[in-house]
Amino acid sequence: MKRFAFMFIGFSFACTNPAPEPDAKPTSQPDKQAAKPAADPSPQKLVTLGGNITETVFALGHGAKVVGVDLSSLYPPEAAQLAKVGYYRQVSAEGIISLAPDLVIASASSGPADVLKKVTDVGIQLESIPATKTLDGAKARIAAIAKILGAEAKGQDLIESMDEQIKAVEPGKTVKKVLFIYARGAGSLNVAGTKSAPDEMIRLAGGVNAVQGYEGYKPINSESIVAAAPDVILMTTRGLKSVGGPEAVAKLKGVDLTPAAKSKAIIAVDDLLLLGFGPRTGEAVTDLAQKLSSLASEPAKR
Amino acid sequence: MPRLYAIILIVTLLGVSLLSLANGAMAIAWSDVLSIVSAELGLGQDPAINRGQQGVLMSIRFPRTLLAILVGGGLSVAGALMQGLFRNPLADPGLLGVSSGAALGAALIIVLGASLGLSGVWVLPVAAFVGAVVSTVCVMQLSSVGSKTVVANMLLAGIAINAIAGAGTGFLVYLADDDQLRDLTFWTLGSFGGASWSDVRLGLVLIALPTAIALMLSRSLNVMLLGESAAYMLGVHIQRLKQIIVVLVCVVVGCSVALSGMIGFVGLVVPHLCRLIFGPDNRKVVPSSLLLGATLLLGADLVSRLVIIPAELPIGIVTSIIGGPFFLALLSTNRKKGLW
Repeated sequence: MKRFAFMFIGFSFACTNPAPEPDAKPTSQPDKQAAKPAADPSPQKLVTLGGNITETVFALGHGAKVVGVDLSSLYPPEAAQLAKVGYYRQVSAEGIISLAPDLVIASASSGPADVLKKVTDVGIQLESIPATKTLDGAKARIAAIAKILGAEAKGQDLIESMDEQIKAVEPGKTVKKVLFIYARGAGSLNVAGTKSAPDEMIRLAGGVNAVQGYEGYKPINSESIVAAAPDVILMTTRGLKSVGGPEAVAKLKGVDLTPAAKSKAIIAVDDLLLLGFGPRTGEAVTDLAQKLSSLASEPAKR
Repeated sequence: MPRLYAIILIVTLLGVSLLSLANGAMAIAWSDVLSIVSAELGLGQDPAINRGQQGVLMSIRFPRTLLAILVGGGLSVAGALMQGLFRNPLADPGLLGVSSGAALGAALIIVLGASLGLSGVWVLPVAAFVGAVVSTVCVMQLSSVGSKTVVANMLLAGIAINAIAGAGTGFLVYLADDDQLRDLTFWTLGSFGGASWSDVRLGLVLIALPTAIALMLSRSLNVMLLGESAAYMLGVHIQRLKQIIVVLVCVVVGCSVALSGMIGFVGLVVPHLCRLIFGPDNRKVVPSSLLLGATLLLGADLVSRLVIIPAELPIGIVTSIIGGPFFLALLSTNRKKGLW
């Protein structure tokens, strides 16, 4: 949906300003910005590809250097204002080059590979950062980006405070079974199995994933939701909105027969916060743990 | 094709090609384009050449311009051949299962490539091409009775093969994770963003060459319009013609899809447009499809990378959103004349 909304913005933009000179100004002058030697010790202009990569660069205090991001970079708000070079798995080579960055920091799942190769071919340095969606992955990501930007101390601080926040999570008296539903409208419901980002977050927050039978996300049938018998339904904020709020979720076929629906235990956390495994992972775990434990005070009517 | 029309089409194609070279996210002045090109040709070095601009022009814009011309011309001529073969203006290369087979091959690699240990820039195009060839061979085998290929059977076999390939792709979509799903979606919308010189070289062999052969079949296609038995009486070797057409279409479309993803609409609509303009004579329809198809796809590619600078729109969206209304407008002017 977002992509299409963006498209229309693009079209109206095209009608008013078919040749956006200002964007491309820096390179139209005969400076040799893009031709700088690849091993620049302190990059001054960055393009970041991947929501959690962008977030980390900003958290490390280097946000002012970012000149372009991908479509999934929605946080912090100032990042969302920057030039967009496309969704991180389908970026535009010329778009990146036109911003004349001296370094591209890209999630390892960015692409397509042949497009990224064109960027490095003109002498722009590209650093690929592993995209692992686990707590360890989040820490490794911060460390790697901090090293590239020469901000190791700040990176270490971020990692330590993340560890502290997660350690501070108190395990509830009873371990709750949590079912994560990834929704894009009531007609498109996918449930997270093991080895998925929500699975890791649920575990960190002291819960247990109600679905153990498969890996990744799968559309699940109503009967399986009943059989999983979750105590809590977890969604993303946008996902919850797309279905029509907690009441609408509680009425979904299958969900309506779960303990979660009976005790109205339907909670939501912001999309990028919950699933991004960026620098706010500690914050996200605390948020989720609080939401889970606040539900415990309301006894489930069975 | 009247000489005047031919000149107009060729000049338009050249004009759009120049626009395509000089426009994009990166601002490159006409004079810089000229000095970079002359430096590449070894006609004097300009020391002020910006390496970023040179890289953009030589490794991005030139290959994508040439590939868009090859694919646009190839898909349109393939469409004209199919419409001639089926004697039906609604026929398109999809009927042979080319696109659905290619999609299945691409989906296999996108979803299972990593776990099968297959990686590399060429794996996906090769798989898509193999998928296209395999499904076309299946359609041909299934529609042959004895040594004869029955066109009506080809249609039915094509529908069945499309359904089977579609089921396979659907199953892979089910297995795919979020990122793979996005990749698949983008692939089905097509893009010239990754076009390279090696793609162009491959296209010259597998798209331009068969397209050139196809141009020589126009007269036989005209005779086919009278019906198969009449054409046979007039000395057209029907079975061989069918086989040649199927092989050409399969290679051209398979290679196009492999290099640029699925680009709908062009193969169906461009020959149709040419027929509306030049009449049903295939000696006009086939060559004009080549030129018009190349121009239109190149123009669509130009639009796709200018509307949301510095990002890019998948080209399939552009071809449909521009081509659709344009085609409808043309049809409705004809409807007033009582032709639909």
